[in-house]
Order: sequence, then structure tokens, then C-alpha cells
Amino acid sequence: MSSHAGWEAVIGLEIHTQLATQSKIFSGAATAFGAEPNSQACAVDLGLPGVLPVLNAEAVRMAALFGLAVGAHVALESTFDRKNYFYPDLPKGYQISQLAQPIVSGGAVVIAVGEGDKAVQKTIHLTRAHLEEDAGKSLHEDFAGATGIDLNRAGTPLIEIVSEPEMSSAAEAVAYARKIHAMVQYLGICDGNMQEGSFRVDANVSVRRRGDTQLGTRTEVKNVNSFRFLERAIDYEINRQIELIEDGGRVQQQTRLYDPNKDETRMMRTKEAADDYRYFPDPDLLPVIIKPETLEAWRASLPELPDAKAARYQAHYGLSAYDSSVLTSAKQTAAYFEQTLAAMGKAGDAKLVANWVTGTLAAQLNKEGLEISLSPVPADLLAQLLLRVVDNTLSNKLAKEVFDAVWAGEGTPDGIIEARGLKQITDTGAIEAMVGAILAEHPDKVAEYRAGKDKLFGFFVGLVMKAAKGKANPQQLNDVLKSSLGSCGEEGGV
Amino acid sequence: MSYHLKTLTQLRAGLASRAFSARELTVSFLNRMAAHDGGLNSFITQTPEQALLAADLADKRLAAGETGPLLGIPYAHKDIFCTAGVRTTCASKMLGNWVAPYDASVHQKLAAAGAVMLGKTNMDEFAMGSSNENSAFGAVKNPWDHTAVPGGSSGGSAAAVAARLVPIATGSDTGGSIRQPAAYCGITGIKPTYGRVSRFGMIAYASSLDQGGVLGVSAADCAVMLQAMAGHDARDSTSAPVPVPDYVAQLNQPMAGLRIGVPRQWFTQGLSVSVAARIDDALLELEALGATRVAIDLPDAPLALAAYYLIAPAEASSNLSRFDGVRFGHRCADPQDLNDLYERSRSEGFGAEVQRRILIGTYALSAGYYDAFYVRAQRARRQIAAHFASAFAHCDVIAGPVAPNVAFDLGAHSKDPATMYLEDIYTIPVNLAGLPGMSIPVGFAGGRPVGMQLIGPAFTESRLLSVAHHYQQHTDWHQQIPNAYREDVV
Repeated sequence: MSSHAGWEAVIGLEIHTQLATQSKIFSGAATAFGAEPNSQACAVDLGLPGVLPVLNAEAVRMAALFGLAVGAHVALESTFDRKNYFYPDLPKGYQISQLAQPIVSGGAVVIAVGEGDKAVQKTIHLTRAHLEEDAGKSLHEDFAGATGIDLNRAGTPLIEIVSEPEMSSAAEAVAYARKIHAMVQYLGICDGNMQEGSFRVDANVSVRRRGDTQLGTRTEVKNVNSFRFLERAIDYEINRQIELIEDGGRVQQQTRLYDPNKDETRMMRTKEAADDYRYFPDPDLLPVIIKPETLEAWRASLPELPDAKAARYQAHYGLSAYDSSVLTSAKQTAAYFEQTLAAMGKAGDAKLVANWVTGTLAAQLNKEGLEISLSPVPADLLAQLLLRVVDNTLSNKLAKEVFDAVWAGEGTPDGIIEARGLKQITDTGAIEAMVGAILAEHPDKVAEYRAGKDKLFGFFVGLVMKAAKGKANPQQLNDVLKSSLGSCGEEGGV
Repeated sequence: MSYHLKTLTQLRAGLASRAFSARELTVSFLNRMAAHDGGLNSFITQTPEQALLAADLADKRLAAGETGPLLGIPYAHKDIFCTAGVRTTCASKMLGNWVAPYDASVHQKLAAAGAVMLGKTNMDEFAMGSSNENSAFGAVKNPWDHTAVPGGSSGGSAAAVAARLVPIATGSDTGGSIRQPAAYCGITGIKPTYGRVSRFGMIAYASSLDQGGVLGVSAADCAVMLQAMAGHDARDSTSAPVPVPDYVAQLNQPMAGLRIGVPRQWFTQGLSVSVAARIDDALLELEALGATRVAIDLPDAPLALAAYYLIAPAEASSNLSRFDGVRFGHRCADPQDLNDLYERSRSEGFGAEVQRRILIGTYALSAGYYDAFYVRAQRARRQIAAHFASAFAHCDVIAGPVAPNVAFDLGAHSKDPATMYLEDIYTIPVNLAGLPGMSIPVGFAGGRPVGMQLIGPAFTESRLLSVAHHYQQHTDWHQQIPNAYREDVV
């Protein structure tokens, strides 16, 4: 972007969030992912003649929870509309959605822009979040020129969360998307699985010269199934648009697909003429009425959300703002942190746990592309390991070695310490004996040291540590060595 | 045995006393159907084998001492109700031989009651029409005069009952599709309050207006049938959670003091003089029974017609989008691409009137026209409902014509859909307001039957049935049978 000084990007996101209900939004069919094609589509999902939709109340509760969590207006009366268009994976020829009176309007989330402790807060406002049904899937592979249709997904409940166009970089867009992703998982209303399409982000991207007040023509980037791809897709699209305009071209209103293999976006269809979806109120469904007392009960049921949790970590554990926000950025990370700390009992050290979770563990998970919930070192084993650090059984260096062994599946930290004999030598008498033996073997070096060659101190440390097979407590070793060299000198001076 | 001259109550008594079996009864009506339907074309699908199985089952239940008002009673379904195992066509080439994998809620209820389905009746394609000429399975003839239409869209059910091929039949009414064919065929029909009968499994034409109901010989028979069909259904969000009264027990509500509202505006422009005269006769009869006549104002009929022909096609254009040749129904041969598949499947599968209404509806919902057409039509609809509510402050029941004329000749309006649409001018306002309405036979004009419409506030079916029943206790128009269908078939 540095080559594009003088330009700014304007980004808004539409996030399709599949709600984690047991059954579909308008039928009793199951919503589980990965079933045999068309095995989870009943007559209602197939759009057979004569069938009627019946609203799943759980989807309403989940949508309302989201609205409450982002401080939005949750409508006590909302309505369903039909969005009419023909497509083979849209069985009825219309999608039941909410246009005129969505269940959630307004609201905002706060994101951190920038890295580490230099990050600054920015508020991103939401336009709305409405309930709708998902479409099926068209399968273009494996059908030799024809297209297969899997309607298992048809009728899965969604909330489409629409932001205001208030983000100005790919990084901000990712921060916003991550925040929404965290929220829906904290609320337990979405499994958040981007690969399986449970959380689908479309980005509306336009650019304009800095200082311009009018928005540029936007494109909609689809098919982004990870945060990394979201960032790359938006960056690519910003650069493409700027270069296009600088070369004298004009951005066309288009829907573009991101191709992660080529790391580029390409045109899927133009939208120059606005699509006419012929929305009208769905006559098969009554307005959705939420009683005020029901809404209040739902509000009272809200769990602790990321911002509140991060504030508590700072205040209660004395963690830095940055560590707190990293730990709370995903529900499972926060849960892992809290479980580890709890498992350590009275010896729990929040800063130590935070360092390990955001440091060693995060790096290893990242390296192997694993979710924290699938960590080969679960919270109770990390707790056991850190207890051995706290009680000085392990040095930090040995702790890392044990961590790697636990990760590799060699057993529990205590078992590995035992098996490998990694227990730190903290017996002062034993250390004194080793120090005494080493010094006795090297009288010449002792003399040089005493004559002022301070650098030899490290030489002695190395020899003693080698003799101790690395297990001597470093601090104790230092202390013993210092006093021994000193006392030897005194003796020598006699 | 002349079963076809008996009321449902008489048939039930005969079955209960084992004077005759459900199988004998079913065979008798199947024979009538076999003898007469070739000329009428009132059935799309006849189901004699299933009927006999159902009759035998009913006989077993009867033998076990079970009794019920519809146990062993033959009937016909309008071919808009889905029936697992028997094709449902909606009189469209689009559905062809499609067989639903489920039963409509109405069918489930009737089957549970032990009623015996003899077949599925002809209709205007997707219930769009007022003459039953818009059927992929051919026009239906009026039993009273084979050169006349039976009315529509439930024309097959009306003709089958008028010719006594079945004692009773289901129908559906979106803008008059039960009442108008009942009037044209000289039988009794009731369109209940919107939400009274579940729409689940009744193929949608215009969802906010469609309502299932009954076509029968008498109000008393209709009461028995409606009793079995009515009630809340969790599978239809628009069905009403309102208790169903005992329609049969309430047939004899007193007439004294009943205020019958007669809309001034309905007796001025366009109404046939002879139809007006027959209705006046009927009103005199009701007055003689203790009712009083009150003039009321219902100024909206022309507005209602305009609103209906925007709202109904708008909903239809969306409801019928699912017929795309992808998953079921007619699919064109050798589609070149997706658009070709859609265009040819739909152009080949839908008849002209259905295509016309889909186009009108698509237009009415389009960007730039939506506010001018659909939104204004909905506003008109609210106004019409409000005017009915005001009228019911002054009366208990509204009476008036069902249609401006008696049944017209086959082909008379086929070139001019707009004049055909006028047939529904007195029935459409009732659907727009969601109210219950009935048609009862009140005489003849030029040899063709005349019907009178009764309209009540929401969920007053029992009062409408009772008024009709009183009238039928003192008249015999409902017992008239066309000459050709009067005799037993042996």
C-alpha cells in the first residue's frame, strides 16, 4: 500500500453466520455438516408444492442474542420477506429473508487497529443483522458437464450481519471480522467454522483519493474462507482498483471471487444494472413477535463477552491490554487460559500462563495450523508443566523441552521429568560439591580469575552445568560459584 | 337404493345400522362416476381401487362398533390437495404425474375420519380461473347444461356434486373458487375464514387468500365435512389457533332478530335482473323466518377487483417459481443451458392464464412499480376489511349475489380475460378481508342455477351454516338435480 499514498480504501463487510440450531429455520430437518448430499433436506427444504414454512424459535433467540451483544436495537416485531430469483440451488425460487423490518438494526463493535501496545481503538457500526435461510450448494465437479445440487444446506438458519462501510484497510476488516467471529462463538450461536462455511465473509471494497467525500464504485469480493485470505483478497482488490483508476480505467460494479491459489480476485458477474429481487412480505409467515419480558430474559442470559473479559483480565490479573485482548480474541483461547490457571490452583500465576499461551503454545499451534481446542498439550497438562516452573523443578529452558515432549505425545510433564531425569538440582550441598570439584580440577584458571580475569566466571558455570547435565538451578549455581571463588581467593591470600 | 339422494346424516345412519356397507355405498358412487363422468370431465384422476380399500377399512371400523360422521362416506378432492400415493396435478401439465410424498393436512384429517376418496377433481390450472376452462385436462361441463361452464376454479368438485357423482367434495377459494362454481352448479359451498382450514399440502396460488373449504348438497352436509377439516395446524403458520365450534349442533341457531345486511352497491351496476330477483325472493324467505333486512354500504367491489388482480398474481408469481424443471414436474427436452431449461420448461408446462398472471405479478412486484401497485393494493385491502367491519356493526350476516350472472356458455369469455375477471367481483372482497362466505342455491334463471352469497365476520361459519340451513329447511332448491343425473345407475 505504500506505493498508493494518496488513496484510501472504504470497506464494508457482509457476514453470513450460520446459526447453531439443531434443525433448520423453517423445517424440522437436521443442520449437521457433511451428511450425504440431499439426506438432510425434507419436503419443505426441497420446495415441494404445497409445503409451508414454520419458523424455528431458536433461530430468533440466537439472532436476538447477537443484537443484544452488539448493543443493537432488537425489534419486538420483525417480518419476513421473499427475495425472488431463479437458481438451481434455491428450491423455491425465492429466499425467505428480512428486508423491511429486520430483527436487529444498529449496534457496534470496537476493534483494535495496529499492533501490540501501540494499537488504537476504532468503533465499527453495524447497519443491521437479519434472519434468513441459506441456499443449497451447486456442485460443479464430478458431474461431467452437468451440475449437481445438494440441498442439505438449504434452509439452514443464517443471520446476515451488515457493517457500515467504516473500515479503511484489510487489517481493519480482518480485525472487525475476527471480533464478530469471537462474539458469535462467545454467544454460542455459531460454530465459527469458516472452512465449512458456517461463517462466510463478503467484502464490499471501493477506493477513492484521500480527501474525496464521494464513495468510489464498489466491488463485492466473495469466496473468502479464512481470515488470512480475507486480508489478501481485500489487499489485492484495493491494489487492483487503484491501479485500474491510475491507468485511466474505471471500476465496474461487480461480484468478484477470490482465488487463494492464484491470490487474486476475478470477475464472477457484473452488477451494473441493479438486480431486481421483487421483495415482498412472505404471506406464509406471521410477523415475528418477541415479548419484552422474553427479550429481557435473553439479555440476562448473555455470557461475558470479549471486551468485558479483557477488561477483567487487566484489572484482576494485571495482564497487559495486549495480552488480554489476544487471550480473549477467541472464546476457546480464553477458556484454555482460564482452565490452565484454575488447574494450577493456589500456585497459579496469570502472567506466566498468559506468556505461555500467547507465546510458546500460540507459536506451536500456528506452526502446525491447529485450533487451540485441538492442542496436543491440553490445559491441564500445561498447568502441570507450569507448576514445575513455579516450584523451580524446571528451568524455562527445560520447561520448553518438556513442553515439546508433551506435544509429541510422550506423556505428562511429571512423567517426562521423571523419565528423563530432568529434575533441577536445587540441593545447595550437591551444587557446592560439584563447584568444589570443578575448582579443584582447575587451580590455574581459579588463579587467573582471582587475578582479575572476570570473564572466566562463565567458563566455570559451563563446566559445572555440564557436570550437572544441565540440571543445576542456575541461580543457585551462580551464588555458590561466586562465593566459592571469593572464598578460595581469600584462602589463597592467606 | 338411491344413495345419491341421501344426506350425509342419512348415509351415516345407514352405515351405522349396517343397512348398507361402505363398500356398497362406494361402489354405487363409483358406478355413477363411471357412467357420467365421461360427459362431464369433472375428475382428473379416479381412484376406484384405493376407494374400495378405504371402504373395506371403513367397514372394519364400523363392524368394530366405531362410528363417525364421515366414516365410510365417499367424497372427492379438488386436485389441489396433495395425496401421498395419488398424483396431484393442479390441472397443470407442469405437475403432470407428480406424486406428493405427503398428505395435505386436510387429507390426513379426512382419511383419519374414515372418509373414502373416490378421486381428484378437475379445476382451473393452479386455481386460476372462473370457468374451469383453464385446465390441462380439458374443460368441465355444467351438469345443468352441457353448453355452460360449471364455474371455477373448483369446477370439477361443483359439477361432481351437482351430478351426485359424489355426495360431497373439497374445494379451495382464493377469489370465489368455491362459491362461484357452487352457485353455477346449484349446490352449497362454504369458504371458511382465512386460517380456519390448514393450507399445508394445498398447492398455493395466492397464499394470503387461499382457503380450503367444502362443496356439498346442503349446509348440513357442509357442516359435517367442515367439522372434520377445520382446526389449527402447527404446519401452517397462518392457520388460526381458534377453537372449532360444533357446526352440526349449532345448525339450528334462532333466526329471530337476525339482521341481514344487503349491500346497496351490489344491486346497481352490472347485476343480472333475474339473479337480483331470485336473491330478493330468498331474502323475503329469510325475513319470513324472522330475519330483518338492513341496507348497508360496501362501496369497494371495483377497488377489490383491482387489488385482487395485483395481490393474487404477485403472490402467484413467487409461489410458482418453484416449478422450474429442476427437481420435479415438467422438464423440457434437451435443455441447452440453465436459462433454456427454465424458459422452455415453464413455457411448455404452464397454460396461458397461469403465464398471464405470473407476468402480471412479476410486473407488480418489480422495482419502480412495487409501491404504485403492490403497496397500494395492500392499502386497498385494509380499507376493504375496514368497510366490512363497519358494515358488521349494523348486521350479523351480509347477503348478496355470488356472481353477476348465471353460468355463461363455454368459450364465452375465453378471448377476453378482463370480462372473466368480473365474474368474481362479489366474491373477491370476502377473500381480501379474510372472511367466511357461502353460496346457497336460490332458484334458476334461464334454466341455470342462481346462488346467493352469505358473508359473516371472521370465524362465524356456524352462523352462516345455520342461516343457510334454516333457508334449506323451507326451500328445496338445494335438492334439485339435473334430469340426466337424477336416476339411479345400476
